[in-house]
Amino acid sequence: MNRFLDSDVFYAFRTSPVAIVSLIVTVLMVLAAVFAPLIATTNPFDPASLNLMNGFTAPMEPNAFTGESFFLGTDDQGRDVFSTILYGLRISLFVGVAAVMLAMVIGIFLGLLSGYVGGWTETIIMRAADVQLTFPSILVAMLIFGVAKGVTPVEYRDQMAIWVLILAIGLSDWVQFARVVRGATLVEKSKDYVAAARLIGRSPLTIMIRHILPNVLSPVLVIATISLALAIIAEATLSFLGVGAPATQPSLGTLIRIGQGFLFSGEWWILLFPACTLLVLALAVNLLGDWLRDALNPRLR
Amino acid sequence: MTEPVLSIRNLTVEIPTRRGLFKPVQGVSYDIRPGEIRGVVGESGAGKSMTGNAVIGLLDPPARVSEGEIWLNGRRIDQLDAEQKRRIRGGEIAMIFQDPLTSLNPLFTVGEQLVETIQLHLGLSSSEAQSRAIALLDRVRIPNPEERFHQYPHQFSGGMRQRVVIALALCSEPSVIVADEPTTALDVSIQAQVLDLIKELARERQVGVILVTHDMGVIADTTDEVTVMYEGRVVEQGTTSQILGAPTHEYTKSLIAAVPRPQVKLHRFPQVSYGGRETAFKIEDLARNWDRSTASKSGTLVEVKGLTKRFLAKGAILPSQRSYFTAVDDVSFDIKDGEVFGLVGESGSGKSTVARMLATLYPVDGGTVTFDGEEVTGMDAKQLSAYRKQIQMIFQDPFSSLNPRMSVGDIVAEPLVHHKLLSRAEIGPRVRELLDRVGLASDAYRKYPHEFSGGQRQRISIARALATQPRFLICDEPTSALDVSIQAQILNILKDLQEHLGLTMLFISHDLPVVRQMCDRVGVMRQGKLVEVQETSALFEAPKSDYTRELLDLMPRLEQLSEEQIAELRT
Amino acid sequence: MLSFIVKRVGQSVLVLLVTGLVAFSMFTFVGDPIDNMLGQERTMEDVERLRAQLGLDKPFVVQYFRFLEQAAQGNFGISYRQGRPVAEILMERAPATLELAAVSGVLAIVMGIGLGVFTAIRRNGVAANLIMSISLIGVSLPTFLIGILLIYLFSVELGWLPSFGRGETVHIGGWSTGFLTESGLKALILPAITLGLYQMTLIMRLVRSEMLEVLRQDYIRFARARGLGDRVVNFRHALKNTMVPVITVIGLQLGSIIAFAIITETVFQWPGVGLLFINAIQFVDIPVMAAYLMLISVMFVAINLLVDILYAMIDPRLRAAS
Repeated sequence: MNRFLDSDVFYAFRTSPVAIVSLIVTVLMVLAAVFAPLIATTNPFDPASLNLMNGFTAPMEPNAFTGESFFLGTDDQGRDVFSTILYGLRISLFVGVAAVMLAMVIGIFLGLLSGYVGGWTETIIMRAADVQLTFPSILVAMLIFGVAKGVTPVEYRDQMAIWVLILAIGLSDWVQFARVVRGATLVEKSKDYVAAARLIGRSPLTIMIRHILPNVLSPVLVIATISLALAIIAEATLSFLGVGAPATQPSLGTLIRIGQGFLFSGEWWILLFPACTLLVLALAVNLLGDWLRDALNPRLR
Repeated sequence: MTEPVLSIRNLTVEIPTRRGLFKPVQGVSYDIRPGEIRGVVGESGAGKSMTGNAVIGLLDPPARVSEGEIWLNGRRIDQLDAEQKRRIRGGEIAMIFQDPLTSLNPLFTVGEQLVETIQLHLGLSSSEAQSRAIALLDRVRIPNPEERFHQYPHQFSGGMRQRVVIALALCSEPSVIVADEPTTALDVSIQAQVLDLIKELARERQVGVILVTHDMGVIADTTDEVTVMYEGRVVEQGTTSQILGAPTHEYTKSLIAAVPRPQVKLHRFPQVSYGGRETAFKIEDLARNWDRSTASKSGTLVEVKGLTKRFLAKGAILPSQRSYFTAVDDVSFDIKDGEVFGLVGESGSGKSTVARMLATLYPVDGGTVTFDGEEVTGMDAKQLSAYRKQIQMIFQDPFSSLNPRMSVGDIVAEPLVHHKLLSRAEIGPRVRELLDRVGLASDAYRKYPHEFSGGQRQRISIARALATQPRFLICDEPTSALDVSIQAQILNILKDLQEHLGLTMLFISHDLPVVRQMCDRVGVMRQGKLVEVQETSALFEAPKSDYTRELLDLMPRLEQLSEEQIAELRT
Repeated sequence: MLSFIVKRVGQSVLVLLVTGLVAFSMFTFVGDPIDNMLGQERTMEDVERLRAQLGLDKPFVVQYFRFLEQAAQGNFGISYRQGRPVAEILMERAPATLELAAVSGVLAIVMGIGLGVFTAIRRNGVAANLIMSISLIGVSLPTFLIGILLIYLFSVELGWLPSFGRGETVHIGGWSTGFLTESGLKALILPAITLGLYQMTLIMRLVRSEMLEVLRQDYIRFARARGLGDRVVNFRHALKNTMVPVITVIGLQLGSIIAFAIITETVFQWPGVGLLFINAIQFVDIPVMAAYLMLISVMFVAINLLVDILYAMIDPRLRAAS
């Protein structure tokens, strides 16, 4: 721990207001998402707690019929916007984090394997990566989503949507990790500490996990952070396009899709607040990733 | 005596850092006269390159000149603005960098880069500039300059590229050239040619040269005047013969003494004692528990027969279309029990490849390796494991041979853990003992590699190599990345390993004086082939092959060393 | 050089074969084509006959090659949803997407490279830092939000530009263009900015970081040490070296413009292939999905091939390698 507190990375963090603020914002949003049921004033998905009469209440103004007031207003069905955002954030973050984890696990595994083993293994993995990279990840995610939708029976589609999203975004994003890890592995593999471990007689698996993996983690961390922002945006985009989280389990993207319909009729808050939440979240994570990349790559300073 | 072209007075460079103001150069003063070569020598971190960068106005921010003056041809230049400095740069002062492979823009032809520079400084028409460029290429002895003019940098070899860099530096007819380690990245034979060229051009064009180097041999061969730097300060300066022949400062004395000599074999390497750099080590204490019962039956520990290694040069799907590069070609030698066997050669001669094949890091393409009567090349996994326990390796680059994410304790313990040689409880004390014996403080155990200097890291490598009590140690250029003072300590440890523990060693080096000091017998390699094998003294005194003779001739020497000094060193 | 290109062409063919396999697998495994093609009233005979007619009784590999053969002739079957040949629908929609992509592509490349070089050279300047900060917001702002924002501002509040559709189009041969009418051009502005902005920020940030990397190289230091001026060093020596890696990525980016058009087209109800595709996904219209996939993979492959050739032209090391 002391080693960390004294490190250059921590020093760079301490002296960067942008990094501190974006970390705080990110942590607050994660906490808000995790404890959404405790913070939210109502459960927006419990029909019992909804009152259609409360529909379209503007923020901080009492409703014309019921007299109830809502911090960020309500949507067409009288759901409290603040609460829907908290629950939406929960789904957005969950999908984002899970998708990045999936991509990371696949990417690290295949990247290490192709970098260390080489030969045909490498050729096959990296050709596959090249082919996939030819297509933008959002398109790959859409295709996976479309196919998955095709093979799931209609009655399960809404339930499965979240998992399909994670799978789609995760599978569309592994290439980044694999390429970075492979590149770093090739560099590390040629270093003499790996030769020393081979000379001791360590097995390839041990060398990959104990020696190489810890040394390729810092670029992975950077990619993971940036990927998280991208995954959150990808999820929002898919949901906005109507090929993501369903209305029964709305993510921030779904909320924006719903809100878009009311923008032109004057109920701006239904769109604006989810959109701002999404922007702030993506920005904070992006800033963090950007800062991490500079901090972990001393040559840039 | 002529007026100096360049005068540096009391120059101080400072870098503001997180932990306070750091002054890599403090109060440095020296002069350069036309046609004179001044060597600036010192170990890494002595501030010698920083001085050169300050002169040419290329300090990387936040480094800045905080005190002192720089005068060029009677004009003060350290206070000029950026634009005026730029005009001087490459005009009156030119620069040559260390690595010729990265100094040239890969996307422009050599000619384009020359013409561009000539036109900038001399304002010639493009056809005039072109003929001048070709003349310059010819002057730096590049064959077929007309043809070479249109080629790209990647079509030139390292030495040729450094010649192009020199030609580029000469474009503007400068009065001073700053050459920062211009030959460090080159082989000995090419180094000699490039240094000769610099010497010749300095005389011919009356250019003052600042030659920054860490190599005393280069200083002795090339320079007229020498400035010795230590931790940012000038400790001593004077003519080359004076500094090398009769140094007055303690640091200079020990630095010169520490340079390995090819003339005579000493029992120990003289160490640089100045500045408290010496660290004690106690290899003899390891001898008590060292298992020496396994002397080989025949007296020969390692036998190499017809060893061959080919690398794929051009890949193709059809095997018939592939072309191979033979890195090691039918090499045979044997190493006696307890002997230090040296392999010398220039880069690309295949000496490291031989080492890696012996260490089972590369598969063997042809020939056999026999260790203590057993053929290594045909061993199964279990036999290989037993073999690996008995051999260990010390690598060239101390910064890449230790895993930066593992603690030093874990690094040294890894062979013990893997081979299950000791119980869990015994490993800790054993590792601490090893670290202590190679001269590391007791708190090293919990630290990480980045907290250590190059020399200390090399000690950690040695401790790791000793963990399994090996019989055979492969040293691949173990000190070529280290400063002279550190080199002496590491080599002395290695000498102790042979003397007290009876280790057999394969010692790989391009540095002939070091080989003379270290080895009992030496093999000379060239382009994958073993040219000759001899007793060390015989090789140095009566080389059999022309190639060895050539190498010995090109070897930089400290000729100024008198007989008395050698006698002094012997004692 | 030639062997390099041959290798790349080989790779492109591989990409097409793999996408073809994916597209074909979609047909085979996602939903039963017989189910989709025949209505409720069918006899076993009909099924068998159609099965034989479509070659579904043949082995997988044979079917795959038949599919490729058909695809090469532009025959992708009939849309489940619209009941018309997919190729016909695609041809009708393609001009809209291609025009939009071309305009935003040019916008993204020109502005992206320009701003990237500017921010790299003035890396510590106020303007450059401001641009970098804004660009980070640009990267964090999803394309669809940019679109909504622009519509709200310029269509709803200011009423200057249309919020959806392509405006009037002129037909020249089989191609319908919006470039020739005022309403067509006006309608193009917002979607083109929406689509180009994100790509522009990406290209700009990439150019900046690559250029900073190049500016740290020894040959740049040596060029400065020879006294070459800032302009020559930056624009002659550094820029050319920067373009080598940048060109590859720009190729990929151009590909993503076509894919990201899906989002823009949805927001602006732009009648292109992207909108068609998103509707196809919603209704699991497999032939349209498969055809779209094949169509854009051909485009991507063509772009990447061009990029590779360009790449080899810039870098002498590649030229000499053969």
